[in-house]
Amino acid sequence: MSDAIQMIVMPKWGLAMQEGMVAQWHVAEGAKITKGQEIVDIETSKIANVFESPISGTLRRLVVKDGETVPVAYLIGVVAEESVTDAEIDAFVEDFKANFVFDAAGAGGPEPEDATTAAGRIRYLEMGDGEGAPIVFIHGYGGDLNNWMFNQEELSAGHKTYAVDLPGHGGSTKDVGDTGLRGLAAAVVAFMDTKDIAKAHLVGHSMGGATALLLALEQPDRVASATLVAPAALGDEINMDYINGFIEEKRAKKLRPVLEMLVGDPSLISKDMVEDVLKFKRLDGVDAALKKLRDALMPGGKQAGSLRDGLAGLKVPVQILWGEVDQVLPVGHSEGLPASIKVTRFAGVGHMPHMEKAAETNELIRALAG
Amino acid sequence: MPKKTYRQAINEALRQEMERDHRVILMGEDISGGMGAPGEQDAWGGPLGVTKGIMPVFTRDRVLDTPITESAFIGAAAGAAATGLRPVAELMFVDFMGVCFDQIFNQAAKFKYMFGGKAVTPLTIRTMYGAGFRAASQHSQCLYPLFTHIPGLKVALPSNAYEAKGLLATAIRDDDPVMFFEHKAMYDDEAEVPDEAYTIPFGEANVTREGDDVTIIAFGRMVNFANEAADNLEKSGISCTVVDPRTTSPLDRDTILETCEETGRVVVVDEAHPRCNMATDIAAMCAQEIFGALKAPVKMVTGYHCPVPFSPALEDLYVPNAAKIEAAVREVAGKGH
Repeated sequence: MSDAIQMIVMPKWGLAMQEGMVAQWHVAEGAKITKGQEIVDIETSKIANVFESPISGTLRRLVVKDGETVPVAYLIGVVAEESVTDAEIDAFVEDFKANFVFDAAGAGGPEPEDATTAAGRIRYLEMGDGEGAPIVFIHGYGGDLNNWMFNQEELSAGHKTYAVDLPGHGGSTKDVGDTGLRGLAAAVVAFMDTKDIAKAHLVGHSMGGATALLLALEQPDRVASATLVAPAALGDEINMDYINGFIEEKRAKKLRPVLEMLVGDPSLISKDMVEDVLKFKRLDGVDAALKKLRDALMPGGKQAGSLRDGLAGLKVPVQILWGEVDQVLPVGHSEGLPASIKVTRFAGVGHMPHMEKAAETNELIRALAG
Repeated sequence: MPKKTYRQAINEALRQEMERDHRVILMGEDISGGMGAPGEQDAWGGPLGVTKGIMPVFTRDRVLDTPITESAFIGAAAGAAATGLRPVAELMFVDFMGVCFDQIFNQAAKFKYMFGGKAVTPLTIRTMYGAGFRAASQHSQCLYPLFTHIPGLKVALPSNAYEAKGLLATAIRDDDPVMFFEHKAMYDDEAEVPDEAYTIPFGEANVTREGDDVTIIAFGRMVNFANEAADNLEKSGISCTVVDPRTTSPLDRDTILETCEETGRVVVVDEAHPRCNMATDIAAMCAQEIFGALKAPVKMVTGYHCPVPFSPALEDLYVPNAAKIEAAVREVAGKGH
């Protein structure tokens, strides 16, 4: 491809995504766009979200119009310098269309792999390359590596990145051991050992945020920085209706209102997301693992083992992100922290800032991880 | 998630359950091939290759090729279940049930009741059903309504590969006799299927589409046609709920009645002959329980009251399809559409 003409293609959000619909462009042909700018709403059967431009320049052509559905990696827009003629862009687009081959199996993205670690089988997704410490993403209770679908690819531009499934979750071992948060932290370290990662920028959400924080406190030599997204273990309050509903509800109709507690805007929870959680919960060992983690981390309906007191002694940079309408963990847990910890709050956002405010979250992670 | 065929999903469930529990054994005609003979072993793997490759990774005494005598080996499987094993017997075509029906409905189905609740019969009978395979009248029937009629039997009708793996694991772990119906025209159909073992509970319907205008209740392979019809109808402004009951016994009456009541317009799709089938069962249920909510007569899309024809042209006419379902939905949806 000529440097003068750059492509914007249909992103791959999550492992199962094969195609997406351009719901609405926010920019017109001829507009100057910048990297990270929200340029188009994209919908898949699983999720709808706004797509940030991966490049800067003049948007010369909207190849896919509002309402059209195309495969992953298909050309949706063309960015080019002023010197490029319309005829050249026409030829470029025609050439793309003539040569595009949809790779259904890969659909343009890497597949998760299994690592055999001291903590058992850990499934992970690796993306990107970079010189510095890699980024390791750690999901929350009941989540999996797919939770970072709006973050990992974006941040893999300058870093090697790994999203892991914690024990008891996704495709990893369903044996969560008997040591609660400590066991999860040990599993992350075991994964890092297996992949020869001396030190990582940790990005953890909720229970994964508590896991990252525990590592930052106790094994600072392994942690370059930690971005904690609505982390657990900063207070004792937690919405047990969410936790117990997540464990107990076995039907889509009953599970949906539980999952809607995760986000500020309930329409973000698609039918497929509910189905995926049900499928996860049907796997052998998951029910026992979820209950075991609940009983270890939230005995009697309160969070055990707050890490708040240790924060003043942190030896690595830590930042915290929180949604102001979080219904799972109260945003108040982000108050009264040492001044060295940067706290960013998002108005109208629930428990999933990394999905609900992906662009801002990615920018903050980039700012800390370099 | 990896894509697997219906055939692979069933094979994987069998292997994983055999690994999980040493009491699980397989038996049936040609399910491996060559047992007791000096020639090649496991050359066959069942008439459509569903059980191929299992025998070599286990031992011969857990994968048994049986004589061509359904009455004998289905009876033996029922006895083995009653005395501590968890057999999975393959009744090659459900059309052959006639020669072993006593072993199923009078013996296996009755043990628990007649022995004071003390007997458990963890027997799974896998069997092929359905038309569309050019296999003529004696190899194409949908006899699940006959088994649904019998108290003491559970009946599962997986509608795709994901459902097949999870429902088969549930069947094998269940302590009651289960009839597991595999549609022979679906073995090459693919779906995303986890590598890990999982179970799908019996008696919990799956709502595969959610709509406001018409509720379609469909069974087994017909769920796929109902989904296709619903997707087509959506484009012309008719939105449908599609319900896959997954098991006809136990039957998820709550979900079926609730979704039918929501729209008040019901189409039931059942590949079986039209008399005394699942469609008539659901229609009767609607008439009894939610009559006041119905806005139109319940419409049934089924096979015909005739043997499944051997002529390919006639067989194609016999089987319900998306176009027939769409026409039925338009009919119950009324003049507004």
